[in-house]
Amino acid sequence: MSSNVKERMIQRVACELKAGMKVNLGIGLPTQVINYIPKDLPVCLHSENGISGVGHILPYDEADRNLIDAGGGYVSRIPGTAFFDSAVSFAMVRRGRLDLTILGAFQIAQNGDLANWIIPGLFTPGAGGAIELAQKTQRVIIMTTHQDKHGRSKIVKECTLPLTASGCVNRIYTDMAVLDICAQGLVLKEIAQGLNVQDVIDATDAPLQIPTDNLPTF
Amino acid sequence: MIDKSISIKEAVAHIPDGAVIAIGGFGVPGTPFCLINELVRQGQKELVLIKNDANEVNMGIDHLLQNGQVKKLITSHIGLNQNAVKMMNDNILEIEFSAQGILAERLRTAGAGLDGFLTDVGVDTKLSEGKAIIEFQGKKCLIEQPLKADFAFVHAHRADPFGNLIYAGTAQNFNPLMAMAADYVIAEVEETVCMGDLVPETIHTPGPFVDQLVILDELTEEYNVVQR
Repeated sequence: MSSNVKERMIQRVACELKAGMKVNLGIGLPTQVINYIPKDLPVCLHSENGISGVGHILPYDEADRNLIDAGGGYVSRIPGTAFFDSAVSFAMVRRGRLDLTILGAFQIAQNGDLANWIIPGLFTPGAGGAIELAQKTQRVIIMTTHQDKHGRSKIVKECTLPLTASGCVNRIYTDMAVLDICAQGLVLKEIAQGLNVQDVIDATDAPLQIPTDNLPTF
Repeated sequence: MIDKSISIKEAVAHIPDGAVIAIGGFGVPGTPFCLINELVRQGQKELVLIKNDANEVNMGIDHLLQNGQVKKLITSHIGLNQNAVKMMNDNILEIEFSAQGILAERLRTAGAGLDGFLTDVGVDTKLSEGKAIIEFQGKKCLIEQPLKADFAFVHAHRADPFGNLIYAGTAQNFNPLMAMAADYVIAEVEETVCMGDLVPETIHTPGPFVDQLVILDELTEEYNVVQR
C-alpha cells in the first residue's frame, strides 16, 4: 500500500466520525485516524484500558507514565476525560454505549463475519478486547488492506480463520474500495482513485453488487 | 483503624508454592513491579498468575516466566511479550485466554461473591470451547465462571494506613478487580497519607479489601515511560 493511498484511506475513514459520537479506535491503522479528526469535532474516544475522552498522542518527553491507551501509546487528558476500571470499561462496550469502532481484519466474509484475532500456528496472542468491541458496538467498520501480503483477498465468501464475531461488520474500507455489508451481500460504494470496477472485482474473493450510477472516488 | 503497612519481604513471604496470584496492571501503568521482583527474588514456584497481559520481554511478570516460576497464566492478550508467546507455543507455559472484558467480569464476579454470569460474548468463537452453553431468554449464552485468587498484587498511587487506595490515570485498570477477587491482598503504594487525609468520596478500592500495605521508598526504572 503506497503512503499516498494509505493517507487517503485514513482521511476517508475519519469522515465516519460525527459530532457526539463515542468511538473506539483499534490498534494499528485505526489509531492513525486520530490525526485526521478535525480539532473542533466533539467526539469522545474510548480505550479499553479504562479511559473515555482520550486526547492526542504525546511525545515521550511530555508523556505521563500513568496515562496510556490500550495500544500502549502515551496519550493526553482533555477537558471531560474520565478514568475507570476494566470492568466498567467493558460494561460500556457490552451495554452498547459505543457508537462506532474501527478495527483491523485478517478476513471479512460477505455476511459480515470477522476474523481478526488468531491465525492458528502463526499468530496467537489472545483476543484482548476485540471480541466484545466487534460483537457489541453499534457500528463496526473495518480498515484493512484489500489483500494480504501474499496477494490473497481478505474479503471472502466465508471466513476460514477462527471468528472474532459473526455478522458484525457494517462497512469495509480498504486501499481499493469502500464496501457495505447489506442483507443481500457486499455492495461496492466507493473506489480508490486510479482504479476501475474490474480491478476491485478481480481482487475480491466474493461476489460484489455494483451500482449502476457512477461510483465516488477517494 | 489498624495500620497494615509491612516490609515487602514479609508481605511476599506469605505466598506459598502453587499459589494463584492476581496481578494488576495493563501495560506499565498499574503493574506492581516491586512486588513482582520480590517474588522473583524469593523464588516461589508452580504459580498460577492472573494478569491482563504478560508485560513485555524483561519487564514485570516476564521475569517470573523466564525464571520458571509460572505454571499457568490466565490472561487476555500476550502479544507484546514474544517470550510468553514462545513459551506457550513450546508447551512450557499453559495459557488460558479470556476476552478482556470477560476476564474483568469473571474477577469482579468472584470479588462480588457471586457464582457466575451469563453472556453471549464469544459464543461464536473458539473461546466458547469447553464452556457450558444455555438458551436463556431466546438467546444462546455462555456460563462464565467466577475467577478467584489466593493473593492479589496491586499498585496504587496513594493510600492511608488502613489500605484505602487511589489509583492514578489509567493505572486503575484491573487493580480494583484483582483486589476484590483475592483472599489476601497486598498493595504496593507510591505514597501514604495520615488516616483521615484521603477524601472518602475519591477512594477507588476501600480498605476492607486490602490486607497488607507495602510503601515503596523509590520507584525502579520499570515504572518510567517506555520509549519503544
